[in-house]
Amino acid sequence: MSRLPQLSDALALNDIAHRYGRRWAVRGVSLNVARSEVLAIMGHNGSGKSTLLRVAATAIRATRGSGTVFGADLVRDAQIVRSMVALLSTEPGVYGDLTALENLRFAARMLGTSGDALELQRALDRVGLGREGHERARNMSSGMQRRLSIARLLLREPYLLLLDEPYNSLDPEGAGLVNTLIRETRARGGSVLLVAHDLSRSEGLADRTMEMRDGLLVESPSADGERDAAAASDTDDASDLANADVVEISAARRLRVERGGAR
Amino acid sequence: MTAPVAALRPLPTPAPMTLGPSLRADLQRVTAVAWKDLTAERRTKANFNAVVAMAGLILLFFGFALGPDAEGLRNAASGVLWLTILFSGVLAFNRSYQLELEAGALEQLLLYPGERWTIYVGKLLANLAFVFLVEVVTLPLTGVLYHVAFPERWATVLLVLVLGTTGFVSLGTLYAAMASRSRSREVLLPLLLFPMLVPVLIAASGATASLLVGDVMGDSRAWIRLLAAFDAIFLVASTWAFQFVIEG
Repeated sequence: MSRLPQLSDALALNDIAHRYGRRWAVRGVSLNVARSEVLAIMGHNGSGKSTLLRVAATAIRATRGSGTVFGADLVRDAQIVRSMVALLSTEPGVYGDLTALENLRFAARMLGTSGDALELQRALDRVGLGREGHERARNMSSGMQRRLSIARLLLREPYLLLLDEPYNSLDPEGAGLVNTLIRETRARGGSVLLVAHDLSRSEGLADRTMEMRDGLLVESPSADGERDAAAASDTDDASDLANADVVEISAARRLRVERGGAR
Repeated sequence: MTAPVAALRPLPTPAPMTLGPSLRADLQRVTAVAWKDLTAERRTKANFNAVVAMAGLILLFFGFALGPDAEGLRNAASGVLWLTILFSGVLAFNRSYQLELEAGALEQLLLYPGERWTIYVGKLLANLAFVFLVEVVTLPLTGVLYHVAFPERWATVLLVLVLGTTGFVSLGTLYAAMASRSRSREVLLPLLLFPMLVPVLIAASGATASLLVGDVMGDSRAWIRLLAAFDAIFLVASTWAFQFVIEG
């Protein structure tokens, strides 16, 4: 199911297990996500997908096991991991009493950027909330709040994008926005780990698809494993990756960039 | 949607200890958290109104319980004032984390890169501003209801208020974070917090009582020193402990 962790892996999880109280949500999962790879994990409610994603994002600490993001340890180097990872979780994580623009300004300042008004407005425009900048988040629909949380993701350029049920509450246009975000992340040389119970809206963007059942990972061949032609051309952009020495396209059409002297 | 895509920025590596830009980013996070909490409070005002009303009621009820004797009221004024600040302040601390628990904002807050202490200090500043505002209302009210004349050494009284409030709020902000993940946080917070506040309460009310009667024995200085020592310990310990408390 899993292969040995490699220096180049965007994400390497080794025997991750996590329990809430006495219930084990994840029961020993090992997986690797290569650079520029989009890995999708499917599974029913309660299968442990979101918990796995939260462990990878350092939102929670695994009860057992270890993991790295681009070589940085999830526990020891959590600060570095957080600067490389962005998580779109099921809850929007926005402040209801702040306006859309204020929510983005807060996020920008927490990310250590200036929060330039033009940049924030551009992010809102991209998610279709250009006219709702001064609207309080509390007064927005769940779909609009979801878009606002996507706009927050646009403020950063993560190496590893973690998406938890990203199509929830979104109309087709919003789903397209998520897919564009995935394409752009991959085109920049970043990786994506996407978990969902239904991948029908993912436009076949996943390079690999796996399935989670009862806290365990099961590899499943899927039509989603075929990357579409547009995305394949995106991978050319990744050759511009800083410090990249070798670019190799694997037989599985997975792009892996080995970085000299990494870690 | 079709904006040109830039290549990935270089991987971050652990930076050498350069305080300059790192400290600036930390301070930016501190002000961002404080600004966010105060803006949310300013929008609703629900918490402030409730806390001020609660403070007014406590002052009034203590007054009823102590009876109409002006001398008795004057003697009890400093203790009642600090108890009022403590009881009403607890409501503010709970609200401070309630904001984060709505719509899963706490998880996002913890996923931002940066030191955890910046979140604590930001919340501390917002809570301090809030409690000071409550005191602006409760102080004159205490003066009127408890027959306390405007103190001669008002600047020293203000210093005691600042020191006492800082000690109280620094612990309150930490313990509210601790209680925030519990379902019974409204009950849990005072149970955890109040026993820890006994030294601050004794020192602050002792100093205030001395100053309100003219501080003829000069014992307010000892209380103030004690308060300052508590503040230093509480501030340092809470700022350090926050990272362990907030991750649960």
